[in-house]
Amino acid sequence: MDKKLVVSSSPHIRTIESVQSVMTDVLIALFPAALMAVLLFGYKALLTMVISVVTAMAVEALWLRKRDLFSDGSAAVTGLLFAMVLPPAPPWWLVVIGAASSIIIGKQVFGGIGYNIFNPALVGRAVVVMSWGARMAGPIWPQPQPFAFTADISAVTMATPLAAQQEALSYSLASMFIGVMPGCLGETSTLALLLGGAWLYYKGHIDWRIPGGFIGTVFIFGLLFGGAFYGGPFETGLFHVLAGGVMIGAIFMATDMVTTPVTANGRLIFGIGCGLITMLIRLWGSMPEGVTFAILIMNGVTPIIDNFTIPRQFGGVKKSA
Amino acid sequence: MKHKPSYWQEFTKGILKENPVLVALLGMCPVLGVTAFVVNGVGMGLAAAAVLIASNLVVSLLRNLIPPQVRIPCFIVVIATFVTIIEMVLEAFLPVLYEALGVFVPLIVVNCVILGRAEAFASKNKPLRAVLDGVGSGIGFTLALLLLSLVREIIGQGTILGPDPETVIHLFGADFEPMILFAQPAGAFIALGLLLAVVNSVYKRFNIK
Repeated sequence: MDKKLVVSSSPHIRTIESVQSVMTDVLIALFPAALMAVLLFGYKALLTMVISVVTAMAVEALWLRKRDLFSDGSAAVTGLLFAMVLPPAPPWWLVVIGAASSIIIGKQVFGGIGYNIFNPALVGRAVVVMSWGARMAGPIWPQPQPFAFTADISAVTMATPLAAQQEALSYSLASMFIGVMPGCLGETSTLALLLGGAWLYYKGHIDWRIPGGFIGTVFIFGLLFGGAFYGGPFETGLFHVLAGGVMIGAIFMATDMVTTPVTANGRLIFGIGCGLITMLIRLWGSMPEGVTFAILIMNGVTPIIDNFTIPRQFGGVKKSA
Repeated sequence: MKHKPSYWQEFTKGILKENPVLVALLGMCPVLGVTAFVVNGVGMGLAAAAVLIASNLVVSLLRNLIPPQVRIPCFIVVIATFVTIIEMVLEAFLPVLYEALGVFVPLIVVNCVILGRAEAFASKNKPLRAVLDGVGSGIGFTLALLLLSLVREIIGQGTILGPDPETVIHLFGADFEPMILFAQPAGAFIALGLLLAVVNSVYKRFNIK
């Protein structure tokens, strides 16, 4: 048959992107941070990540009654992201309950992938922070031991740089950029996270507006209100960007496609809001770090932001109030 | 005229079919507020049930005397009377429970389960039916609180029959680290949501409507 003209209905142009390909890209983007975590915190960090990913995938497969463990890959991403925001050596049951909560309370009760209101990995983190606060905050953070794979990292523990100014001063900006400081296993290395972010940006999965708004707001807020304790206002601003979970939050959590605004202006507002709440909690709140709750709160107001930032169609008329 | 339901039906509908908490989602304030411990949850349920039965009876007896324009204030006066009595009884005989329930005891006055039954049922039916309805709804309310507080105390505290140190039983040994989230207000909402999901699927399975 030699048809010159094929008549079909739209769509005519299809993307080769699928949920699975996007999730695989996110996993690739997380690889540098995961590698850094293993280099800094040894086998326990690796174990934590494996338990979390396996639990998340198993719970998702059980819930959906699927044989395919990897499936669309979203459970693996949620599991890995959840592990990234845990201390390097939590007890196994905490990882299992948290990863299961991520999938069940964070995602499946809302109807599964694409329907969840809140970032599933951060829901899991919120659940374990609220439940076992003593294991998730305070001077419980192991000192990083670079290239010591089998070291018992739990031997020496301390507070994170955000907990007290004295702690903060013992880490140079350079060592914080590379990631040699105590913290959650995937959040310490800004360098590795930026590499992953660059990959996601290159692939077109993230919009610069959310991380830009988030990190920019944190920097400006730290510069203006952080005090000059870190050698000057400019350095203090940088300190707030590099310390804690801002980088992983801004690059991987706040850019989740499902739970963030779809409009360009909305994304900028979302990023700025995340930065603002993070800094309010850090500087004047009772907790040392506020990235988790900042992003969860902004997830909650995402529909409102979307509603207020609907772009006008080209040639359209502004709706009268 | 429609066929009148039997007395047995009047009694049982409040327990499962029209359970005030699990089906109608009424009275959420005490349901979420006092269910961190089983003792408090059941105490609250029984106190509200006692008020419900008594106020249903009196409202039903007075139903032809109360002018419809001012019926809500009249119901409130009746309910508040019984709440005051219950409050004094609790304070006198169960001071520990009274302390634990705190502000939620006087708040029974505005419990929508009680006001709802007075408005929707007792003010339109004869006393015997009103009392049966009150007993059924009261049992349903207490059962729902028992279920929710069981979930919350076992997961959130790892105990049962707490917080009184004389009766408390630690279910999982001393090393157990409970999931404190479920003892907190945020966890009350999550636990209630999960409980409702389970109850709904059970109702579907056994075709309870």
